[in-house]
Amino acid sequence: MNTLHNTKLGLIGLLAFVMSNSTWADWELNLTQGVTDISREVYDMHMFVLWICVWIGVVVFGAMTYSMIKHRKSKGVEPAKFSHSTLAEVIWTVIPFGILVTMAVPAAQTLVRMEDTSDSDVTVKITGHQWKWEYEYLDSGVRIISSLDPDSRQAAALKSGIDPKSVDNYLLEVDNPLVLPVDKKIRFVLTASDVLHAWWVPAFAIKKDAIPGFINDMWTQIDEEGIYRGQCAELCGRDHGFMPIVVHATSEAEYQDWIQAQLASAEAEAQSADREWAMDELMERGEGVYGTYCVACHQMNGQGIPGVFPGLVGTDLVMNDVEGHINVILNGVEGTSMQAFSTTLNDADIAAVVTYERNAWGNDTGDVVQPTTIKDMRVQ
Amino acid sequence: MNAYSVDHSHDDHHDHGPPPGLMRWITTTNHKDIGTLYLWFSLIMFFIGGFMALIIRSELFQPGLQIVDPHFFNQMTTMHALVMIFGVVMPAFVGLANWMLPMMVGAPDMALPRMNNWSFWILPFGFSMMLSTLFMEGGGPASGWTIYPPLVLQTGDALPYLIFSIHILGVSSIMGAINIVATIMNMRAPGMTYMKMPLFVWTWFITAYLLIAVMPVLAGAVTMLLTDKFFGTSFFNAAGGGDPVMFQHIFWFFGHPEVYILILPAFGIVSEIIPTFSRKKLFGYTSMVYATGSIAFLSFIVWAHHMFTVGMPLVGELFFMFTTMLIAVPTGVKVFNWISTMWRGAMTFETPMLFAIGFVIMFTIGGFSGLMLAMTPIDFQYHDTYFVVAHFHYVLVPGAIFAIVAAVYYWLPKWTGNMYDEKLGKAHFWLSTIFVNILFFPMHFVGLAGMPRRIPDYAVQFTDFNQIATIGAFGFGFAQILLLIVVIKCIRGGEKATNQVWDGAHGLEWSIASPAPYHTFSPQPVVK
Repeated sequence: MNTLHNTKLGLIGLLAFVMSNSTWADWELNLTQGVTDISREVYDMHMFVLWICVWIGVVVFGAMTYSMIKHRKSKGVEPAKFSHSTLAEVIWTVIPFGILVTMAVPAAQTLVRMEDTSDSDVTVKITGHQWKWEYEYLDSGVRIISSLDPDSRQAAALKSGIDPKSVDNYLLEVDNPLVLPVDKKIRFVLTASDVLHAWWVPAFAIKKDAIPGFINDMWTQIDEEGIYRGQCAELCGRDHGFMPIVVHATSEAEYQDWIQAQLASAEAEAQSADREWAMDELMERGEGVYGTYCVACHQMNGQGIPGVFPGLVGTDLVMNDVEGHINVILNGVEGTSMQAFSTTLNDADIAAVVTYERNAWGNDTGDVVQPTTIKDMRVQ
Repeated sequence: MNAYSVDHSHDDHHDHGPPPGLMRWITTTNHKDIGTLYLWFSLIMFFIGGFMALIIRSELFQPGLQIVDPHFFNQMTTMHALVMIFGVVMPAFVGLANWMLPMMVGAPDMALPRMNNWSFWILPFGFSMMLSTLFMEGGGPASGWTIYPPLVLQTGDALPYLIFSIHILGVSSIMGAINIVATIMNMRAPGMTYMKMPLFVWTWFITAYLLIAVMPVLAGAVTMLLTDKFFGTSFFNAAGGGDPVMFQHIFWFFGHPEVYILILPAFGIVSEIIPTFSRKKLFGYTSMVYATGSIAFLSFIVWAHHMFTVGMPLVGELFFMFTTMLIAVPTGVKVFNWISTMWRGAMTFETPMLFAIGFVIMFTIGGFSGLMLAMTPIDFQYHDTYFVVAHFHYVLVPGAIFAIVAAVYYWLPKWTGNMYDEKLGKAHFWLSTIFVNILFFPMHFVGLAGMPRRIPDYAVQFTDFNQIATIGAFGFGFAQILLLIVVIKCIRGGEKATNQVWDGAHGLEWSIASPAPYHTFSPQPVVK
């Protein structure tokens, strides 16, 4: 058949084109082996099942191809008359069943190990927010918020004109990575504040949903120091594709130093909330907070997206009602993607971002909101 | 099967034509007219849903956002799925059932012709409502076709319209299914026992029960969303004592049988076509029927394999892994039976046969990835990645869609009385097959390499495979214009078809004239 021949030529041509145009190193084809015992087990099982499928495919498609070549009318064959065979049907019911059992047994064993979260050394609580991750080290009380790094965010704006290839780790870099010690059993407990999210790092072969109002758990034990990247794996709204996960796996000593440094900076931050802040200081910090937490919906120019996310320029809330403005940020708006920031942002952050929103983009109200005001409002 | 005898002498008494003009189509209760309406509706929706897919693939051609906002991108992925599932595959199967079931069981029409009219005519209204949400304040639904809360509750004005349109589509499907069950149970020609029914009739019979069983479940789930959003209930709101995961359980209790609703009639079609062009009886008819029944039964107890990552108890995960893997057995039986039917036949490769063979091969590839996904510990790596996207597109596009296209080529001469253009048909097959693989095969690789699904933008290492997939998407999309051309050309004329059309064809539908007269089989034939 001529068409068949042309197709083959076409496919070979395509393959040649593909191979000549790119180095194969860029063409990641397969699952990662990862850096944990579990991830290697998962990889081995993946390859085992893949090869079973390949061999079944060879047999099945081989028989089909043979039949299509040999048993065609143009060869002058007479069709056979048989239309069933109990023996054959029993064989091809029993053999696949046997193959399934050989796959199911090791899978069940691995699954039992994966679900055993007991005896952990470190526990990290992961909370998914639209669209960032919050990590809380339950043993030491350290809490960090991890969101997409500014370089990626700028390049990812619609028609930004920035070449993503010029950004290091485009869409896979965060401002505050999760730091974890190697060779320790780390237990994660997961929840979410707004909608479903899923926390996934392929190198650890773990993925679980973060569900508002419920707690899930999973564990990992990392063998090698390094930086591991992942992404949110459950559709969570507009910026689902823009809330990556970065894990820095370090030695135990480095990890302890990092924890101490985090505790110290949290302390300093808490004290700074009590003093009087200058307008410039608030504006500068507010711009940073806005760029991390607000820009995804309300946009760089504060205009929002008509009909989806409200604008912040010249509206009553932003121009007049200071208390209402703070209240929305602290407590969110139910039934929308405007979440409560009372636990995510501290007093200085909220004071800064309120001040920023009231004075940026020509709002120019001149209002200066102090962290102490926020502190008072929280008490109410 | 020469056991059929048909008495044609009475046919001409009833062969009055349809009323002329538009009213013919609006008021028709004729199964053939309604079948035609369903099929045209499905074809139009296919191009609408395909256009949405091309928007998605265009945005994914390179990293960075070039064309659409992520919010609109999410609306496209959601709408593409809803249109393709509820607007293309399901109506196409119902259209084929309308045309063929009465002719295959020797019935004069469907059992409930007025309801038949209604079950079609509410569809365009349902879909107009659903598509109109794209132009509403806040845009269309953007939470994926699985409409998981709490995210779906953030939808703007579109939410109640979406829910109402799902209700309408559900009502339409249930009515269609009741009609099919009633027709098969009551209208078979004398002598047409259950175990003599063609396999397309059998698979649709079982599918109709699945539809009746699960469409109300979906209706219940979306109604609970509606009351959660507007009437202060907390079915899925943890703060009010509800559970967002409960929605997923209810949804997939509908959703998994739905998957088989989209594929069982395809099995039936392929089981008609392969024997015809192999000039040999279907191998293992009885086991085919039982395999279909087993698959339908299993489809009710595997639903949570769509949600292994929600944090189920270990025992639950094991149960759903084992039951899911079991489905491979009856599905394997079907594939082996098709190959055994081809074995030592005298095959020719007209377009319907090409699409049917394409179906068997590529559906099996989708089955392999399905088996891999069934394994819970490795599913944690695959879940919600492009590997899943590759899997279900393999079973739905070169699976369900190829079977529908095969059926259209197979029965088109019977419907129109003319042979279609074989050259164009073959070109359509080869272009579709090549491009569908360029489109979906690379998705396995990016999925394994770690690309999540439902993202509008991606890290640069996924670029190359995404570009290949986009090229495949445009190729596949434009190749479908050939289908439209072939169909129109065939309606307008061509070589006259014989009654039997294909020299290996057996069955009641091939015993009547081509084109099939407006009224057939009254009085009914006797099957010996």
